[in-house]
Amino acid sequence: MCGIIGVIDRRRKLMDGGKIRDSLAMMDERGSGEGAGYVAYGIYPDYKDYFALHIFFDNIREHKSAIDTLLEKWGTIIHDEQIRTYPQPNLRKVHTPWRYFFRPDRSLMPKSTTPDEDIITHLVMKVNSEKNGALIFSSGKNLGVFKAAGWPEDVANFYRIEDYQGYLWLAHNRYPTNTSGWWGGAHPFNLLNWSVVHNGEITSYGTNRRYIESYGYKCTMYTDTEVVAYLVDLLVRKHGLSEKMAVRALAPPFWDEIDRMPAKEQELNRAIRLAYGSAMMNGPFAICVANENSLVGFTDRIKLRPLVSAEHGDRLFISSEEAAIRRIDPDIENVTMPKAGEPVIGRVIP
Amino acid sequence: MSIGSIPLRYKVTIDPDQCMLCGRCVENCSYGVYRMEGDKIRISSRNCVACHRCTAFCPRDAIGIHEKPTDYRSHPVWTREIRENVFNQAKTGKIILAGMGNALPYPMIFDRLVLDACQVTNPSIDPLREPMELRTYLGKKPASLTLRESNEGDVELMTKLTPNLQIETPIMVGHMSYGAISLPAQQALARAVSRLGTFMGTGEGGLHESLYPYQKNIIVQVASGRFGVDINYLERGAAIEIKIGQGAKPGIGGHLPGEKICADVACTRMIPEGSDAISPAPHHDIYSIEDLKQLVRSLKEATEWKKPVFVKIAAVHNVAAIAAGIARSSADAVVIDGFRGGTGAAPIVFRDHVGIPIEAAIASVDAKLRSQGIRNEVSIIASGGIRHSADVAKIICLGADAVYIGTAALVAMGCRVCGTCNRGVCAWGIATQKPELTKRLDPETNAVQVENLIHGWTLELAELMGAAGINSIESLRGNRDRLRGYMLDEGLLNVLDVKTVGT
Repeated sequence: MCGIIGVIDRRRKLMDGGKIRDSLAMMDERGSGEGAGYVAYGIYPDYKDYFALHIFFDNIREHKSAIDTLLEKWGTIIHDEQIRTYPQPNLRKVHTPWRYFFRPDRSLMPKSTTPDEDIITHLVMKVNSEKNGALIFSSGKNLGVFKAAGWPEDVANFYRIEDYQGYLWLAHNRYPTNTSGWWGGAHPFNLLNWSVVHNGEITSYGTNRRYIESYGYKCTMYTDTEVVAYLVDLLVRKHGLSEKMAVRALAPPFWDEIDRMPAKEQELNRAIRLAYGSAMMNGPFAICVANENSLVGFTDRIKLRPLVSAEHGDRLFISSEEAAIRRIDPDIENVTMPKAGEPVIGRVIP
Repeated sequence: MSIGSIPLRYKVTIDPDQCMLCGRCVENCSYGVYRMEGDKIRISSRNCVACHRCTAFCPRDAIGIHEKPTDYRSHPVWTREIRENVFNQAKTGKIILAGMGNALPYPMIFDRLVLDACQVTNPSIDPLREPMELRTYLGKKPASLTLRESNEGDVELMTKLTPNLQIETPIMVGHMSYGAISLPAQQALARAVSRLGTFMGTGEGGLHESLYPYQKNIIVQVASGRFGVDINYLERGAAIEIKIGQGAKPGIGGHLPGEKICADVACTRMIPEGSDAISPAPHHDIYSIEDLKQLVRSLKEATEWKKPVFVKIAAVHNVAAIAAGIARSSADAVVIDGFRGGTGAAPIVFRDHVGIPIEAAIASVDAKLRSQGIRNEVSIIASGGIRHSADVAKIICLGADAVYIGTAALVAMGCRVCGTCNRGVCAWGIATQKPELTKRLDPETNAVQVENLIHGWTLELAELMGAAGINSIESLRGNRDRLRGYMLDEGLLNVLDVKTVGT
């Protein structure tokens, strides 16, 4: 099951997390109270030039100093603090969430064309695969993931999500199947500025994982969703595809449709399927992917999971359920159900 | 004191109450088991190879064939086969030959791997109602694409793709030469693959004129003897395959005896009639990997870079590193032939003892190519011991793009796996060049049977994929998460990168 929601304001007007929480709570039917999470873009304007690392520590005394040392080895910690939380009766605080604002030292990755991002990716993969009581679950600039094991409203209140102001939000209400409801397994998943929420199951996970791991990514979260964040990072950031073409690669048209296309389009789509066959995602899914400039929603090629989009003014909404969107804004227009495999894309106005 | 006769392998009996003395068994047996004497059929059981040609044509089911009617003193080490090989060599002092594939009872890895299916959390997909894509492209693929996108939304593809073979099912028919098998057998296979939208290989026997109409579904082979190779041959093939080695006999060449080189075979192979066709163990222009690269490029140059070039090797211990070398040679696909692969004739010592199973070979080749970031450079074709659609699904999960079948296609034409292909008197008209035997094999009837087999497997594969919630074969390829090992040891689980059942 699972319920997802994504909202973007094209003029970067800020929205607080209160309504997102209420909207997500509308879909409690789709969850099981074992995981929920939020990501908001634009929440750290004072530190917008630094990477905001959100880390779950199992134990501050035991595990934090290693992270401090590691980060200082690779750059400068501009500021760090505990993420404020507020006790909730139904939520057991098993980790201590912490935030660092971090500037990587580019000179340490001299051969890279994107040294900052490569250092951060390296640190995330290293810390998360070593499993030494620390998990980096958010690593972009001017954005932050807030998640835990619990019902959407409890998780939101635990972080007081209404205190955060963002122009782009993703949220997720989890019904775990593959892995138990642990904090790291809750959505959104994030790498650099990419965040993903996902309803469904990726039956091609084994293929996708082998593909992405051959490019140096490491799947460490025991769940199929993180692979989506890495695939999008690879296709868009490293291979330079547009979001639309990246979605084409992840959920491409069927051969029958390609065979009927005009020659040029046929050639393009065949090339996409040939080059990115191992990146293609199979199985039932509805996914929202975001970065600092855009929000993309899409489903699997035969739409085995629901996805609805709507607009109002500068805002684009994408969700599993129309009712959840209406909970944020009752006056929405252009309510549509995107076709299987076809992306809904919202971009900020430059 | 001579060794004397060895005990009968098969005891043939005819039920006199059933037999109507029609003589079909006498006519059909090419091994000389039966002869008519007056109103009696005499039986020489010693000649029987259990090819079942007689039982298949006995209208009264009167014939019984019983294996091993005489017991040896049982012994776990000195098995019957081992003792008989010793007798044989003590008499002859020669290398013992046999046909078909590995006959030792090594454990089958395939049979200790189980496939996955969806329940509740994700829906299985019904191939009768939803699209199910088995189309596969064989050849080099770009690791990434460069696209130029205009503001109006036009997308232009800047990356140039190299030629790939398009197959509508991941099942192809492997290389069995004219010489090893009969012309009608090749014709039947050619008709079947052209109707199915898949491919067959010529083997190292040239391309007979009668196969020209099917050439766009035929992969032509260049092996160490270079039999039948000229520019006409290369240009007719849809792809070219360089054969380095073969799973049934890794490291050695081939020998088609002169008695099988009839005028037509001689013509097709471009050698004198009645001369032995000897393929050397190595290609004498390939003594290292860079020589292979030169041959790949020469063949491409000769055919104007329009055709994919495959390289076939036997699955040996170091197969992964060798495949990685091949992937860097401009080759478009690497064919891995496992140690169960069949053959017309091979020394038993090679057939049964050299090489490794295809399952482990494919797993390690796929892993090596991925670890070096060159998996896109080549497609992987698995062959050697693919028996049914589940084997196809499993080997694709382990990383293969497609499979070649050999023995299964022959069985679809009547072959009973009697293992005496090397004798050249195949009663089914398959592994023989004797006109009175080859005329028994009707190309059209057998084409339909081979087509039926591959079609049936393809349907089953689609069902297996649908059950696993997968609607395109790309998502099955290398998807080892959808396999579990049942009673496999930890070392093998690691090689296969597969979890055990229950996890």
